[in-house]
Amino acid sequence: MAAGAALITFDKVWKSYGQGEAKVHALAGVDLAIRRGEFVAIMGPSGSGKSTAMNIIGCLDTPTAGTYSFMGVDAGRLDRNRRAMLRNLYVGFVFQGYNLLARTTAAENVELPLIYRGVPARERRDLAMQALAEVGLVGREHHTPAELSGGQQQRVAIARAIVTRPTLLVADEPTGNLDTARTHEIMELLTRLNRELGLTITMVTHEADVAEYAERTIRFLDGHVASDSMNVEVA
Amino acid sequence: MIWETVRLSLRSIRRNVLRSFLTLLGIVIGVAAVIAMLTIGSGTTQKVKADISKLGSNLLVVRAGRPAGPGGPGGLDQAVRPLAEKDLAALVAHLTGARAISPAAQKQVRVIFGTESLTSGVTGTDSAYLDARDWKLVSGRPFSDSETRSGTGVCLIGETVRQQFFGAGDPEGEIIRVNRTSCRIIGLLEPKGYTGFGQDQDNVVLMPLAAYQRRIAGNRDIDNIYIAADDRTPTTELQPRVEDILRDARRITPDRESDFGIRDMTQIADAMASATTTMTGMLGAVAGVSLLVGGIGIMNIMLVSVTERTREIGIRLAIGAHEKHILIQFLVEATVLSLLGGIIGILLGLGLAGLASATLTIPFAPSPAVILLAVGFSALIGMVFGFFPALRGARLDPIDALRHE
Repeated sequence: MAAGAALITFDKVWKSYGQGEAKVHALAGVDLAIRRGEFVAIMGPSGSGKSTAMNIIGCLDTPTAGTYSFMGVDAGRLDRNRRAMLRNLYVGFVFQGYNLLARTTAAENVELPLIYRGVPARERRDLAMQALAEVGLVGREHHTPAELSGGQQQRVAIARAIVTRPTLLVADEPTGNLDTARTHEIMELLTRLNRELGLTITMVTHEADVAEYAERTIRFLDGHVASDSMNVEVA
Repeated sequence: MIWETVRLSLRSIRRNVLRSFLTLLGIVIGVAAVIAMLTIGSGTTQKVKADISKLGSNLLVVRAGRPAGPGGPGGLDQAVRPLAEKDLAALVAHLTGARAISPAAQKQVRVIFGTESLTSGVTGTDSAYLDARDWKLVSGRPFSDSETRSGTGVCLIGETVRQQFFGAGDPEGEIIRVNRTSCRIIGLLEPKGYTGFGQDQDNVVLMPLAAYQRRIAGNRDIDNIYIAADDRTPTTELQPRVEDILRDARRITPDRESDFGIRDMTQIADAMASATTTMTGMLGAVAGVSLLVGGIGIMNIMLVSVTERTREIGIRLAIGAHEKHILIQFLVEATVLSLLGGIIGILLGLGLAGLASATLTIPFAPSPAVILLAVGFSALIGMVFGFFPALRGARLDPIDALRHE
């Protein structure tokens, strides 16, 4: 894809937990840059620091030391509410467990981020319908999560993530709970969103065939970036 | 945005109907108790005031014997000197500012008609009595002056006496026996009902004082003199005048205390009403304590709710909710919950008060101010006790919250 400006930059980012002897470094001086429009897979074993990196990328967490800049903003120094605003305006989240609100219809779930933006009800409804159509869920707008399959629930979650037209989509094991067929459908969808909307995607996964949908794979090990390589284009 | 949040909170309350209901119960009982207490209390106050004004408005009652004071009933050190005709005559001659002055002597006496009998309060008095006590006749006529003077055997009866002897029939012209004398009924008194102390004010027979003294009491004593003030004269002004005239008439030297008492019914009414109000206030305060308990119930359930919905809070925070959004969401939920309890409590309290006033025959006196206060107070309880749990939810770390199972 087009090699845009750096959207995300890690400059010697440290993230440490605990005190003194028991101090653990989840990230130990990570340098990293992701450009606009990239589709990046992040891999690594448990405890490698990939989840911590993802939380920082998604502006949910802040580094202990070093600089994290997002869209040229020093996001690591912002307070809770400013980071909430950044997330609301520029980041969409997709989780392994879907994280939809129970007993709430697909449309209402998708509308949720728009409520916090103060979008009027009518416009919210229209945008939610449009997003649901983009993920192929026409006719399921008024189903609750309990009435939808795992793949459909993940589509609702993706619709919720893209309804705000974000710059970045953070996906944490988006296919972890799905079977092979459903996994491919979801990955096709993400690839399409990346290509058609120019959406930057960072995705944590530990399945190599899922990572292959991305253009680039970053492997974490013991709080460091162990490898960072471009994938061979999928046919 | 606020309407959105209210809708959301109503939905979450509906989701846990039983739990919400149990939580509400504390507030419902608290508010219902306060409302019922205050409504019944103000009804009682009205009733007491009305009862005492039924004795006659702006009324002074003179009776023999020293006024009851902290030392107990007076007159123990000396024989009570009854009131007499000359005392009455002195008042009639010299007192200004009075609308009506009337003597009365009374006794519980067996009254007989045919085979029926009834123990009634028989009062000997004159025609000014009806005026002094604001009492009207439903039918018939009061005693004429000549009947009063000569002590003719005529009488006026109360509603209870009529019902006992004549049912709904017309008693006029019938002869009843009072003690060992007979008298002809010339009028029927307007019903007054029971006093707050359960005394039937309609179980009465009025007859001319002279007739009562001669045929029933067997003496010339007067038990009470009723003095009704006119519209321009407050009873507090009238009372010292009455005292002066009577001391003079009864030849009481300035160094001695009066051997009669003057009771001001208006003051008694005020004192009793204020006693009832104090009582109501105290009961209301006790009921208010249960509101506090209800508030703690709200806090408890909101803490549970926040914990249960940690993941939901995490999702909301992740997709861009600010702390204040989460805070408002739970605060509104707590407020809606306790407001709902408050409204149910008001309805229940008014129902209870309505039931009580029907049973105790006191007026149903709901106060809009008290109701508004209860609504405001229950909303306040929701906000105050919902604040801590809401803040706890708002301060959650989105990463921890999302991980929460």
